[in-house]
Amino acid sequence: MSTYRIGAGSGFAGDRFEPAEILAARGELDALVFECLAERTIGLAQQRAATSAGAGFDRVFLDRLAGVLPHLESRTRVLTNAGAADPIGLARAVVDLLAAHPRGAGRRVAAVVGDDVTAVIPADARITGTDLTIGDLGDRLVSANAYIGAGAAMRALENGADVVITGRMGDAALFAAPIAVHHGWDDASPDQMAAPTLVGHLLECAGQLTGGYFADGGRKVVPGLATLGFPFADVAADGVAEFGKAADTGGLISRATVLEQLLYEIDDPGRYKTPDATLDLGDVRIDEVGPDRVRVSAASAQGRPERLKVSVGVRDGFLAVGSIAYAGRGARERAELALQIVRERWEVVHGRDPGEVRADLQGYNSLRPWHEPAGEPAEVRARLSLRTFDRAAAALLHREVEALYTNGPAGGGGADLSLKETVGIVSTFIDRDRVDPRVEMVS
Amino acid sequence: MTTLGDLAHARAGDKGDTSILVVAPYELDDYARVDDLLRAERVAVHFGVDPQNVTIHPVPRLGAFTVVVRARLDGGVTRSRAADPHGKTLSGHLLDLVVEG
Repeated sequence: MSTYRIGAGSGFAGDRFEPAEILAARGELDALVFECLAERTIGLAQQRAATSAGAGFDRVFLDRLAGVLPHLESRTRVLTNAGAADPIGLARAVVDLLAAHPRGAGRRVAAVVGDDVTAVIPADARITGTDLTIGDLGDRLVSANAYIGAGAAMRALENGADVVITGRMGDAALFAAPIAVHHGWDDASPDQMAAPTLVGHLLECAGQLTGGYFADGGRKVVPGLATLGFPFADVAADGVAEFGKAADTGGLISRATVLEQLLYEIDDPGRYKTPDATLDLGDVRIDEVGPDRVRVSAASAQGRPERLKVSVGVRDGFLAVGSIAYAGRGARERAELALQIVRERWEVVHGRDPGEVRADLQGYNSLRPWHEPAGEPAEVRARLSLRTFDRAAAALLHREVEALYTNGPAGGGGADLSLKETVGIVSTFIDRDRVDPRVEMVS
Repeated sequence: MTTLGDLAHARAGDKGDTSILVVAPYELDDYARVDDLLRAERVAVHFGVDPQNVTIHPVPRLGAFTVVVRARLDGGVTRSRAADPHGKTLSGHLLDLVVEG
C-alpha cells in the first residue's frame, strides 16, 4: 500500500488560517484535518445553542474550508471536530457551502454523532479527582461528551464521505481515521491503531510540531515564525511516519520539536490512554532524516482502555477580573497596597469573604505567586479576580478596582475590567459499550 | 548562576489541576546530571507544593523526563482565577531551577 500523506490544518479553534491553505496548495495531501475543539468548546456551544444565541458548532470552520477549497485536490479528504455540540448542523452548512463553490461539487459530507452521552451517563458516575457524582451537579450540567475512537469516522470514509464532521472525538483519532482506512488497519485492534494514533498525537497541535511554541533564546532559534508552516506526515504501510512541512514556509521540524510535542501533556509516558490504543511512548524512536524531515517509528500499544473518558461541561458562573497598573519607583509597593485596599473593603465595607478574591501582582509574580523574585520590577499591574454566580458581585469587584483611581495609591493607570461567563469542565468515565457512535451521510 | 535552562529545554501542558511538563537536555551527555537534579523533593520546593504532589518519569530512550506537578493550577483551567489558568508559563519557571555546583 502506498504512503499516505496527512496534514494538520489547525491545532485549535483560534489557529491561523493561511497555513492550511499553503499546505493544501503545495502539500499534495491525501487528507487535511482541522482540530478545532478545546475541552470547554462543547459546553460553551451547548450553552449558546440552548439560549438560541448562536450555533452549536464552530462557524469559523466554514471560513477555513472556504479558504482551502480553491487549492484542494479532489482526492483530499477533510476531517474536523468543529461540529462540537451539533455535527449535523455543521455538516448541513458545509453541504451548502460546497454547493455554492465551483470546487465543491461532488464532495460528499458525513457527520459523526453519538459522542453526546448526556442521556445515558449514570447519575452515580464519579467525577474524576473528587468525591462528587454526576448527579450532584444537578442543573449545572450542560454537556457530557465521550472521547470516541476513530471507528465511526472510518465508517464515514468507507461509505464514501469526502468531508467528515465530528463532535468530541479523541484528537489523535480524528487523524488516525483516514490513515487507518487507507492502510486497511482495524480500529478494534490497538496494535494496528498504535501507529496512526501516534501520528495523530503529533499532528494534533499543528504548528507546535514545526517550531511553534519552541523559540527561546540562542539555543532554540526558529526561523520565520510569522510564516510558520504546518506539518504533514507521510505514513507508510509499516506504520513508520516521516514528518515535514510545506516548502518555503517558516518554522522548523527537528528531533527536539517532535520530542516536546510527543511528551509535553503526558502524565505517564508508558501508558498514554487514547480511545483506540494505550500507547507506550517510551520506546518511540525519533530520527532526523533530512532538512525539516523527521522519522518517527516504533509506536506500540498495550491494549486500550475499557472505559472512555467523558468531558462534562458544568455551568460555572462568571470570571470577573479588574486590574490597574503602576510604574517606576515603588511600583510594586503601590500595587500591593492597591490589592490590600480592595480586599479590606471587600470584608469591612461589603461584608464578603476576602478569600473569594484572588490578588496578583502582574509583572512580578502573578504566574508563580509562591515565588519571590529578586529585584524590583519597573512596572506592575495589580490584578484582582473573582469567580461568582452573582453578577452583582462581579460588578462590585469592577467598581472597587476602578475606584482605585481617585481613592487608591498614587500613580495608578490603565484600569482594565473584564467579565466572562464560563463553563467548567470536569471528567468522568463511561463503559465503552454504553456509547454508540454513528455516521449520518448528509449528502 | 547555572539553572536547568542552561542544560535543558521544556514545554508545559495541563490536565485539570495538574501541570505536566517535558524536560529534555540539549546534550544527551547531560542526561545523568539532569536526572540528578530532577528529584521530586527539590522540584516540589521549587513549585511550592508538597513532595507527594510531584512525580517524575524518566524516559531514558528518548533522553527526556516528564514532570508532573499536582494541585498547582488554582483548581484547573476552568475553575482558576489565575492570569495563566493552564500553567503554560510554568516551563519557564521549571527552567529557573538552580543547578548547584
